[in-house]
Amino acid sequence: MNPSLKKPRESMDLSNSSELTQPTAFPDEVLEKVLSLVESHKDRNSASLVCKYWYNAERWTRTKLFIGNCYSVTPEIVARRFPKIKSVTLKGKPRFSDFNLVPENWGADVQVWLDVFARVYPFLEELRLKRMAVTDESLEFLAKSFHGFKVLSLLSCDGFSTDGISSIATYCKNLTELDIQENGIDDFTGSWLSCFPDDFASLEVLNFASLNSEFSFDALERLVSRCKSLRVLKLNKNVTLGQLQRLLVRAPQLMELGTGPFVPELTGRQYAELESAFSNCKHLHTLSGLWEATRYLPVLYAACASLTFLNLSYATIRSNEFSKLLAHCPNLRRLWVLDTVRDKGLEAVGANCPLLEELRVFPADPFEEDIVHGVTESGFVAVSAGCPKLQYVLYFCRQMTNAAVATIVRNCPDFTHFRLCIMNPGQPDYLTNEPMDEAFGAVVKTCKKLQRLSVSGLLTDLTFEYIGQYAKNLETLSVAFAGSSDRGMQCVLEGCSKLRKLEIRDCPFGNAALLSGMEKYESMRCLWMSACRVTMNGCRMLAQGRPRLNVEVIKDENSDDLADKLYVYRSVAGPRRDAPPFVVTL
Amino acid sequence: MSIPIEEHNYIGISKENSEKSCVSSMESKDLNFKATELRLGLPGSESPQNKKENSLGVLKNFPYGAKRGFSDTINGNSGTWGFGSEAKNSVKVGTKILDSVKEATPKSPRKVQEKMPLVSSTNNNGHGVAPTAKAQVVGWPPIRSSRKNMVSNPPKTEEVAGCHYVKVSMDGAPYLRKVDLTIYNSYKDLSSALEKMFSCFKAGQCETQGISISDGLNENKLVDLLHGSEYVLTYEDKDGDWMLVGDVPWEMFTESCKKLRIMKSSDANGLAPRATEKWKNR
Repeated sequence: MNPSLKKPRESMDLSNSSELTQPTAFPDEVLEKVLSLVESHKDRNSASLVCKYWYNAERWTRTKLFIGNCYSVTPEIVARRFPKIKSVTLKGKPRFSDFNLVPENWGADVQVWLDVFARVYPFLEELRLKRMAVTDESLEFLAKSFHGFKVLSLLSCDGFSTDGISSIATYCKNLTELDIQENGIDDFTGSWLSCFPDDFASLEVLNFASLNSEFSFDALERLVSRCKSLRVLKLNKNVTLGQLQRLLVRAPQLMELGTGPFVPELTGRQYAELESAFSNCKHLHTLSGLWEATRYLPVLYAACASLTFLNLSYATIRSNEFSKLLAHCPNLRRLWVLDTVRDKGLEAVGANCPLLEELRVFPADPFEEDIVHGVTESGFVAVSAGCPKLQYVLYFCRQMTNAAVATIVRNCPDFTHFRLCIMNPGQPDYLTNEPMDEAFGAVVKTCKKLQRLSVSGLLTDLTFEYIGQYAKNLETLSVAFAGSSDRGMQCVLEGCSKLRKLEIRDCPFGNAALLSGMEKYESMRCLWMSACRVTMNGCRMLAQGRPRLNVEVIKDENSDDLADKLYVYRSVAGPRRDAPPFVVTL
Repeated sequence: MSIPIEEHNYIGISKENSEKSCVSSMESKDLNFKATELRLGLPGSESPQNKKENSLGVLKNFPYGAKRGFSDTINGNSGTWGFGSEAKNSVKVGTKILDSVKEATPKSPRKVQEKMPLVSSTNNNGHGVAPTAKAQVVGWPPIRSSRKNMVSNPPKTEEVAGCHYVKVSMDGAPYLRKVDLTIYNSYKDLSSALEKMFSCFKAGQCETQGISISDGLNENKLVDLLHGSEYVLTYEDKDGDWMLVGDVPWEMFTESCKKLRIMKSSDANGLAPRATEKWKNR
């Protein structure tokens, strides 16, 4: 900590300060040293509220910035408060934009942030963006403006192309992490991979699994050979098994691997070589990719003993191969699969993975209606019976019962994240024909640590009464096609004191419900309501009553009075200045 | 608030279901039959608050969308899931319905995109299979588009994935089904799956008892199984002959089975002896 960079106003002579009342006060250096060890931004926010002295000590020692909603604050305000930022995490659009509920060009442009950062944080090293609009120009600007830039992570962003990535590869000489995930990106060419300079060797993380274009394997192989610290490598679909083997041989130190397709195409000797390459990867704890994995899975077995995270969510693997694979993975903590493994596969999970903490089951064919597809309640029950440490579940299914969910949470009372998606909107308990109220009632009554809940199926207001009454630690709630009246939403707003994010679609909640939360929204990050019964008048009343909230309506062409899509969030930045014409700020 | 499970008509929709989805918890006790009227509204929208919406025919909630079927036929069949720009989000209900709705229910926003042709729907409640026209909703199920694009389609052809789809017909049923034989491991699995699939058509109950495949040849055990009911399970083998299911070991059966047929017992007389004979000749 360089004392000469210290703030001007604070007096070093503590006895003169009338703001300090504690009998023993720390010298600045001590407090700042202690605070610099505090990582969590929530803890830091709390520390900054203690007193002005602590506020200043904290702002001078914060190096990591987390902004959960890019419109809640302006870059200028941030720059004024925090002079020494090295790492920024920035999130933009509402989560429902992932499901095409937010029109294009809604906003969340990163450039306005980059302009300020380039001025104030020339030594910025890390930028992690989620649901932001990013252009190739922005990426080039980023690459050229920050000379020590190390980490770029883009998740669910859109607006850029592989040309932008080329800029990063070309100009960021100190890059350690390039993580491109699930973006709306124009994938022109894989030539960006060849843009890394020949002497470039600092890469530790490379994830281009979601890019599909062809690239030069030679360039990749050379890159991997040079980067001795490479620990995360996630390949795309254009890497064959033979090529994978060559890469593994050059990078046995890998800790996370995303393979290419696992299409059977090797000779006996090549198969043996691949098997040997996997067995040499003694540090592998995360495995993903495995598209079209069918018969060659045994090649992985030797590497599975130390696996803690297995991501098969892009592999249409069936229960037989899956069960055999799982027998080799006793240490799994996190598992993502497709529902092609069926209930039988999930039974194998329960039987083989007692340490499992997270399970995500995605639908292979979400829009197919055929009865024989997917997983059911019995698969979920089987997992819960064998995996009592489950904390996080995301489960897509086509049928569920109240009794099954009650059993599941009895087996696993430690859930912190419970996201159940019964894919047919408004579907009741298929055995009793009752609403699924009791299922979610059981969840909130039993799982005291529940932070995140997504509900589905046929639900009346009773579900929300339960949530309001029992889910005292709930922070995020997602609701779709549920509820009977305003009362449902009111119960949640009244009862869930820790609620931060509430997203609702296609529910019969109207102005009364919206306005009942007037006092609450400033303590939350945001509220989303779409296809509900809220009207423009109701939104106006909210906006007038709470000037520190931004109340935005995305207009639908159909009706004038209904607020088709409502997005409410707290902000110290005032109304958006870059709102497109279809976003009306009230 | 428990409602007894009802028999379903062959479409798989029961009156009970249609009611259930539009009656709020408060009203369920009086079983408001007005609620089974056709009405337009959001999935999850309830009748009690908006009495004036009851007057016109309105489309019902998704899962019980048999009544939606006709609007789909008005609309025509256009097939694919509509993602993408916001312009597509507006409702494409048949114009007749749209006009009448606009008069009576100016307040209901519709997020429904009716593009899906008549397809067999999900098993709504485990008992029936309904070929209800399902209206597709924007952004539902909530899966990122990147995840949709990346997943290679589950293999449908036999060669690629080693799955083996065969048609299953049942005498008297209006449509056929298809099952993948590779996902079952025994006659018992197959039999219970078929039972679930076709239970809406069957008058009687099938007793499912275990068959152990490990003893190899289970002559006519399956016949005994279905003995009490009106139906027997038969299959067409590679030679084109119709055989009784259950005679040969499971693996042999899956290899040679081309089609399945649930026949009325009365028609199946004379089938068994031929099957046994054929087996003896192999």
